[in-house]
Amino acid sequence: MSYIDIRKVLQEELNNIAPEVDIAGIDPAANLREVMDIDSMDFLNFITAIHHRLGIDIPEIDYPKLATLDGAVAYLGTKLESSKM
Amino acid sequence: MPSLGPDMEAGTLVEWLVKPGDWVKRGDVVAVVETQKGAIEIEIFQAGQVEQILVNLHSKVPVGTPLARIRAEGGGALGTPAAAPSIPLSVPPLVAPPSLPLVAPRAASGVRASPAARRLAEERGIHLSTVTGSGPAGAIIYADVERVGETGAPSEKKRALWLDLAAMRTAIATAMARSKREIPHYYLQHQVDVTACEQWLSQKNATLPPDRRLLIAALAIKAVALATRRFPAFNGFYRDNKYEPAPTVHVGVAIAIRGGGLAAPALHDADQLSVDDLMSRMRDLVQRTRSGRIRSSEISDPTITVSNLGERGVETLYGIIYPPQVAIVGFGKTMVRPWVIDGAIGPRPVVDITLSGDHRVSDGHAGALFLAEIGKLLQEPEKL
Repeated sequence: MSYIDIRKVLQEELNNIAPEVDIAGIDPAANLREVMDIDSMDFLNFITAIHHRLGIDIPEIDYPKLATLDGAVAYLGTKLESSKM
Repeated sequence: MPSLGPDMEAGTLVEWLVKPGDWVKRGDVVAVVETQKGAIEIEIFQAGQVEQILVNLHSKVPVGTPLARIRAEGGGALGTPAAAPSIPLSVPPLVAPPSLPLVAPRAASGVRASPAARRLAEERGIHLSTVTGSGPAGAIIYADVERVGETGAPSEKKRALWLDLAAMRTAIATAMARSKREIPHYYLQHQVDVTACEQWLSQKNATLPPDRRLLIAALAIKAVALATRRFPAFNGFYRDNKYEPAPTVHVGVAIAIRGGGLAAPALHDADQLSVDDLMSRMRDLVQRTRSGRIRSSEISDPTITVSNLGERGVETLYGIIYPPQVAIVGFGKTMVRPWVIDGAIGPRPVVDITLSGDHRVSDGHAGALFLAEIGKLLQEPEKL
């Protein structure tokens, strides 16, 4: 399987939701929904897009693990690894 | 050319989706009109065959101008004048105009541009990547593409942006000032334990892929829509000094738009939809509203408004009624509070639900029963 840059995928999808925000300038440890003003609908669309692009199931109960960019990268990285095995 | 707001005098026809000879039915989107405030999809209100297009692309025409001639279904007389989408000229003012420039749809290339700008660029063979956008977030709007090839006038750009934002604020101000001037509001507030909703949602969502998951807002809208059946004094229009209850329930959904906009387009027949259907319609409505594709009927149809602060923000919202409607129901952020259950105190998720009602039509007594009914309906989400 080819290498997937999860961070880049996340940044692209966040950019789709909030095009006016400079994603590169966002603290990777900050709460995304707070710093980017993402509401419930935006967040659900974000999860939906990630699910479609990476083919990873993201149960609702895991949403808090995607609260920050770093957290999301770590969570999805682990999920992607385990899905390969 | 339909009137899509109190201050709209003219509109520019930017897209025809039908051509002479096409058959249309009620509700079909036949054209896109760009106003100062954004692109609006124009629906047709009668069935028939398009006989003649009367307004050419990119023509700006005054409100009331026939856009096309439609031959009525069944082969009625030719030349029935002007079956332009017959939207009444007394369409209520927009709380917020559909906001094309604030969030424009994205191109495959990643360039942000309004639908109208995109089409003009296609027609003229202009690459959007070569156009500088003057909309918020650098989105490319119609005027930007039009300007390509022209020289000078850099100040135009700033002006276009300023006009868009000012027009939006003006529309909000017009509607809200009228509301505060004419509607004697009363306000009620009710705290509702939403444990049942949260449990039901988490069980249901655990079995669903993300694109079919539900938000609590869908339950809130459905509960309000159902409650109006027993309380018709909150679902309708106050016009010409009298109240007309509406036979249908079209819930206006308040939608925040990035950059500081607000619109409340109709979710049609919300009381008739299953919660799943309501959710998918709501997703579509939010997406289209934020990308500037509201339909004309969605602007004029809401019979009551629901405003939901969602998971962020604060616990209570006091809405201002959107005339000629007579009620707005507000849902605050869900807060975990100490709550008394069977004589003991425990933590519970609680939502503040508010009602702003019109005293010309109802009183606090009826309003209280209406709010209580909404709270009761939310205790049995599986029945919504």
